[in-house]
Amino acid sequence: MRNRQATQLMFELSRPGRQAARLPECDVPGSSTEDLIPSEYLAEAPPALPELAEPDVVRHFTNLSTLNMSVDTHFYPLGSCTMKYNPKRNERIAGMDGMAHLHPYQPDETVQGMLKLLYELQSDLAEISGLPVVSLQPAAGAQGELCALMVAAAYFRSIGERRTKVLSPDSAHGTNPASARMVGFETLTIKSTDEGYVDMQDLESKLDDEVAVFMITNPSTLGLFDQQVNEIAEKVHARGGLIYLDGANMNAILGITRPGDFGADMMHYNPHKTFSGPHGGGGPGAGPICVGAKLAPFLPSPMVAQSEDGYFLDYDRPQSIGRVRSFFGNVGVLVRAYAYIRSHGPDGLREVSENAVLNANYLRSRVKHFLPVPHGESCMHEFVATATDLKKDRQVTAMDIAKRLLDYGFHAPTVYFPLTVPECLMIEPTETESKESMDAFAETLFRVTEEPADLLHEAPHTTTVSRPDEVRAARQPIMKWSATTGEG
Amino acid sequence: MAYLFNTPDEQREMLQAIGIESIEQLFETIPADIRLSSDLNIPAAMGELELTQHMSGLAAENADARSLTCFLGAGSYDHFIPAVVDAISSRGEFYTSYTPYQPEVSQGNLQAMFEYQTLICQLTGMDVSNASLYDGGSSAAEAAMMSISVTRRSKKIVVPETLHPEYRAILETYLLNLGTQIETVSCPQGVLDVAALEAVIDRDTACVLIQYPNFFGQIERVSEIAEVVHGAGALLVAAIDPISMGLLQRPGDLGVDIVVAEGQALGNPMSYGGPYLGIMACREKFVRRLPGRIAGQTVDRRGKRCWVLTLQTREQHIRRDKATSNICTNQGLFALRASIYLAAIGPQGLQSVADLSLKKAHYAAEQLTDSDRFERRFSGPFFKEFVIRDRQNQVEPLLREMSESGFLAGIALARWYPELEDCFLVAVTEKRTRNEIDRWSALMTGTVQLEAASHA
Repeated sequence: MRNRQATQLMFELSRPGRQAARLPECDVPGSSTEDLIPSEYLAEAPPALPELAEPDVVRHFTNLSTLNMSVDTHFYPLGSCTMKYNPKRNERIAGMDGMAHLHPYQPDETVQGMLKLLYELQSDLAEISGLPVVSLQPAAGAQGELCALMVAAAYFRSIGERRTKVLSPDSAHGTNPASARMVGFETLTIKSTDEGYVDMQDLESKLDDEVAVFMITNPSTLGLFDQQVNEIAEKVHARGGLIYLDGANMNAILGITRPGDFGADMMHYNPHKTFSGPHGGGGPGAGPICVGAKLAPFLPSPMVAQSEDGYFLDYDRPQSIGRVRSFFGNVGVLVRAYAYIRSHGPDGLREVSENAVLNANYLRSRVKHFLPVPHGESCMHEFVATATDLKKDRQVTAMDIAKRLLDYGFHAPTVYFPLTVPECLMIEPTETESKESMDAFAETLFRVTEEPADLLHEAPHTTTVSRPDEVRAARQPIMKWSATTGEG
Repeated sequence: MAYLFNTPDEQREMLQAIGIESIEQLFETIPADIRLSSDLNIPAAMGELELTQHMSGLAAENADARSLTCFLGAGSYDHFIPAVVDAISSRGEFYTSYTPYQPEVSQGNLQAMFEYQTLICQLTGMDVSNASLYDGGSSAAEAAMMSISVTRRSKKIVVPETLHPEYRAILETYLLNLGTQIETVSCPQGVLDVAALEAVIDRDTACVLIQYPNFFGQIERVSEIAEVVHGAGALLVAAIDPISMGLLQRPGDLGVDIVVAEGQALGNPMSYGGPYLGIMACREKFVRRLPGRIAGQTVDRRGKRCWVLTLQTREQHIRRDKATSNICTNQGLFALRASIYLAAIGPQGLQSVADLSLKKAHYAAEQLTDSDRFERRFSGPFFKEFVIRDRQNQVEPLLREMSESGFLAGIALARWYPELEDCFLVAVTEKRTRNEIDRWSALMTGTVQLEAASHA
């Protein structure tokens, strides 16, 4: 039974004098606080945080958790996000004392197990990508993109070339152009053909000696493998540019094909997706990048290296771009990725992709009859369906369908992305979903498309809230609680 | 595979429904010449038991902060984590969900984000917080870029040497391609000298980025710095230690425009450097330049209070190359952990953690500097970290011997500050007991023989 009082804010539960965690008495002799720090530096009182007893804290957050859909509780076919099952063992492993309680500046000789793990992860990621050199530093996929573009900029500086442009397809994730801008590049968009592939004519018209990087997502956000990828790489390379592969969709091709073998010069992984992260309600992720040999000197520092004396953090990398974040990286996420790769091995990883693609195609074969899939005859790990007919005939939108699915206990697919397909639903079942749950989802989806428009416009009907007013949230932003705004 | 469902029979049924014969056919859209013809060269699969043994073996090759006594800091601290933090954040409904794109089925995460934002505002005295960035260092870089955007000054920013050297390295990496100069003010006294700042700041300066307490643990004179910075029309960004807010004046009360912080200390394990969380908060008037997710309060169609992601027109998935930042996934779970920590510890608890850390750090510094060998490198007030000078200039061997004797005794500063090659940085949290501090200082000062020294 859901606790209906769960939606009070912790600040509304606060009562003066309550405190969950108790600290010990001070066991060292010495002066009073005021003798140690001049009073001009001291606050008159500690911050006005809420005051709660431990059972308050536990009940509050536990009840809040029940207001979320999650992979552990629901089918979560959120396209482009690879919401696969997160193995419980890997959580335990990342929490082991010898993993979780290491300080980032411990001497290398005291963390040989960790350095060995990270070194082997570098090798595994290189092997899976076909790109030989790996930096584990970036904190998320978007930071991986940013970091790789900085590496590209450093590379071109080193060979005395000034290149100012980055190209990405119109179907790309928003992070691609946003990352390029943060590195000072001009961004140009390449059109897709009606079939959903890179428009070669448009590419050629924009490809010149000022293009530094073409960022491609392959398989694409439409769930299609662009067969022109070799040709694209040849053309970009012929003009001296580099190919960046957005590795968001690696779940489709593990052990089947490798970006390094189809022309990519650099790429990032999203280990929280491909290697079962988990997603943490919006992070943490990680964004390791892999590059070809000529770009390796520019990767961030440090990297894990091996010598006769063991593993060490190598800072002696004079051409490195430096750093994009503090300390080594999102190690906790990387430990889980390592555990995931070890528990699968080469056959297991290939089976992951085979079943991810099989599941997506199976679901596609059931859905396409009532929600057209405009692109491709088959798909990779996900597919993009469209509700344009429903909208035209009955004013039912992709959003209506998404919201109504929530009533039936399914998380909605990604909607309105990619931007190239109107009224779209992007569906990614992943390999850790059963045929039964996909059948149930497909049947429900069909039922939803048959329901009265009025019912759908007001969906969801069974959730604790329905259709929050987002315009109001943006026009009169309330971004924190205060005693006066507390009542809604 | 343990996590897959499909049996061979089911695979056949599914292939039949698709209308093909084999799984291989699904991959025919990938040109044959780029398909792998052999297996990936990675180790064979391990079952759960084997994996657990393998990982335990790797973990055993690490000496963790439970087996070594930790006096290391510099942005990552061995603070106490109440059990409620792990207990709640390990609920699958939190850690296996994602960014709340569907608010109706993400109210738990959204409300937690809204609460986190409120807690960060309470902690820092700022008006608005986002729902977290990656870590302290990249948050500092985001703050610099935000300052450039707010002030429309892209020529330079100013940082003192007392800002974490890794933060300065990150700023260099981020700003290099944008043509923004970073002017570094030297700080021979271990704090930023206001006159030295006045000499370099000018009308081209977008921001001054200080650390409070600074990298050496010293407390900067924030109000005076703010006056100079604002006099030049620039913004003041402060990277803070959130634990210090239990005692020190809040940056929001001292004229700071943007606060960033490494949030690790708020209930997150050190994990060899990450994942942590980047805290970022600012004045209300800058909110539309703030990067990252923000949860906002609204009402649903029935008028019920609820929460959504808001001001999304700042973000990459809407604005693409015009976005305030490229950030997408942030550190949701670690922001949640910080919220649980702050909720559990409360105002009195935070004050206790800060006060215990302060007193133990001062006790430790006194014990060590009682000996002729050590002195504090800088005078002036400090919080929980301090710089010690070894008059014998034997920092590396000393720290190595200490680690062999069971202590992570301090961080040598030579790699960042050549002029401090005889110095190291010590951090003391509330977790260090008097016994540990006494033994640490006795070993360091030589009143007790170092174990490693005996076989030298």
